Amino acid sequence: MVEGLYARVAKWTFVYPLLLVGSTVMLFPLAWTFSTSLKTAQTVTLREVKLIPDPVQWANYITIFEESPLLLYTQNTMYMVVTSVIGGVVICALAGYAFARIGFPAREVLFYVLLSTMMLPHVVQIIPLFVIFDQLGLVGTFWPLIIPRLLGHNAFYIFLMRQFFRGIPLELSDAARMDGCTELGIWARIIMPNSKPVLAAVGIFSIQFAWNDFLSPLIYLGPKKELWTLALGLNAQKGFEGEITSLHKMMVISVYMIIPMLLVFAFGQKYMIEGVTFSGMKG
Amino acid sequence: MLTSMQRYLYHHRTKWVGFAFILPWILSALWFDLIPFVTNLYLSFTDYSVSTSTPDWLGIRNYREILELDPLFTKSLGNTVYYLVLGVPIRLLAAFAIAVLLNLRIHALGTFRTIFYIPSVVPLVAVSIIFFGMFNARYGIFNQLLILLDLPPVRWLTRPEWIKPAMVIMSTWGFGAQMVIFLAGLQGIPSELYEAAEMDGGSYWHQLFRITIPMLSPVIFFNLIIGVIGGFQVFASAYVLLGPGGGPLNAGLFYVLHIYNNAFSYFRLGYAAALSVVLFLIILFFTVIMVRTSDRWVYYGDA
Repeated sequence: MVEGLYARVAKWTFVYPLLLVGSTVMLFPLAWTFSTSLKTAQTVTLREVKLIPDPVQWANYITIFEESPLLLYTQNTMYMVVTSVIGGVVICALAGYAFARIGFPAREVLFYVLLSTMMLPHVVQIIPLFVIFDQLGLVGTFWPLIIPRLLGHNAFYIFLMRQFFRGIPLELSDAARMDGCTELGIWARIIMPNSKPVLAAVGIFSIQFAWNDFLSPLIYLGPKKELWTLALGLNAQKGFEGEITSLHKMMVISVYMIIPMLLVFAFGQKYMIEGVTFSGMKG
Repeated sequence: MLTSMQRYLYHHRTKWVGFAFILPWILSALWFDLIPFVTNLYLSFTDYSVSTSTPDWLGIRNYREILELDPLFTKSLGNTVYYLVLGVPIRLLAAFAIAVLLNLRIHALGTFRTIFYIPSVVPLVAVSIIFFGMFNARYGIFNQLLILLDLPPVRWLTRPEWIKPAMVIMSTWGFGAQMVIFLAGLQGIPSELYEAAEMDGGSYWHQLFRITIPMLSPVIFFNLIIGVIGGFQVFASAYVLLGPGGGPLNAGLFYVLHIYNNAFSYFRLGYAAALSVVLFLIILFFTVIMVRTSDRWVYYGDA
């Protein structure tokens, strides 16, 4: 379609300038974070607008490891990430396959149960779960965070998987079935290799969720500093040393926490956006 | 290949193996959804506290306390509703406006989309820490910019009246996820509709209000409800930005913070359970609206 002159003028006078201003506003907090992370304890409290600090103290990114057990926090966070991904990509995929392709008794009823748990707000589970794990003596360990993840306790992921698997042509699994393949074999050899987009989306969501989760680690790991995740460590940095003189350190840890998520985004953008779009349009 | 009869027989044969596939989920639904849900209801009628070994049955006393004696219930619910009423529409409007601009067949669409989406991948705790720094009254960049523009500085996090606007500004930064959803919705609107309107000489604004918004209204409505449901559960961002008390005069004490404080600061788990049941009922109300109207918002284009 040929664009009218009016439309072209409007684009260059309004649309692009607006988008550029918008982009600047969106990126500004990140630029400020990075800039602040390079300041010194002195320059961080200067009342000035200056995006390139003077001096630029790159050493902040090294000294932070002496001041904060970041490596330990990262390691702890990785337990959450790995169990989340296994639960999401393996356990939820198995359940999703059964809901999509295997006829078993009460499947429809159970699927409605699945849909209703998807809508159950987390807030009604916080207290009873704490009570249950407390009775089991597991508060102050990783178990309350890991067990639900390993069991694939995420109805939304199962739902996503089911929807995707239903679109895989039946002929593919039939052929495998002719060769005497079991359901598990079909799942592993036919379904999984043909489901890269949904596996990637669920994998990315799992990583993000585990990396960012705050409330559950706060409740279960609160007093146990040696078990803290990055989210808890970053929050605690705010409490240390009064407040604002350690702002550059807070920003160093923020950058450290943001970069892996940017990398995940860079590599999985396509799948992520598909997944987000799907969740926002079809529930 | 199987014949259709064979396939029919195959798919309609009872296969218990299906249960093996969903067994982990059944266990998790039982242990992490169903049992907690029932336990929560039970706890809400008791005075359960971590230190007391046996909870006493209180009947509806917790609920009466919530409605009659707890000033922070009203306060925190009011704060949350204020935050929602201000924040959710602003966020949706920003997401919608940018999506509409990006849908104008512009250059570098992918780059702009990425830029607007990036804040949504920043971890929530990091977002709060970043804005905590930017909102600082004396050294924060927001006030430095205001001073540069000859405007009076604002005590963002220490004046009760500014706390909720500050929260709204912070949460609006992450509108990218909704924007992406709207953009996909916009791209799904059949171009014939616009072509027909152009033939009739309809202006751009005419098309926006007569085609774009009506066609997208189901997606907008769905995201509005999702935004409200999510907004009622705001926790981490407020906790990190303002602390568990929600700042001066509890101006940023949101509902889930109130639940958290009762449960894990005062160890009144029974009372906190009752508070959570009240919130559940509120959320249920919005969920029912969503499900009831879902046949109208389900979008059948390709995602």
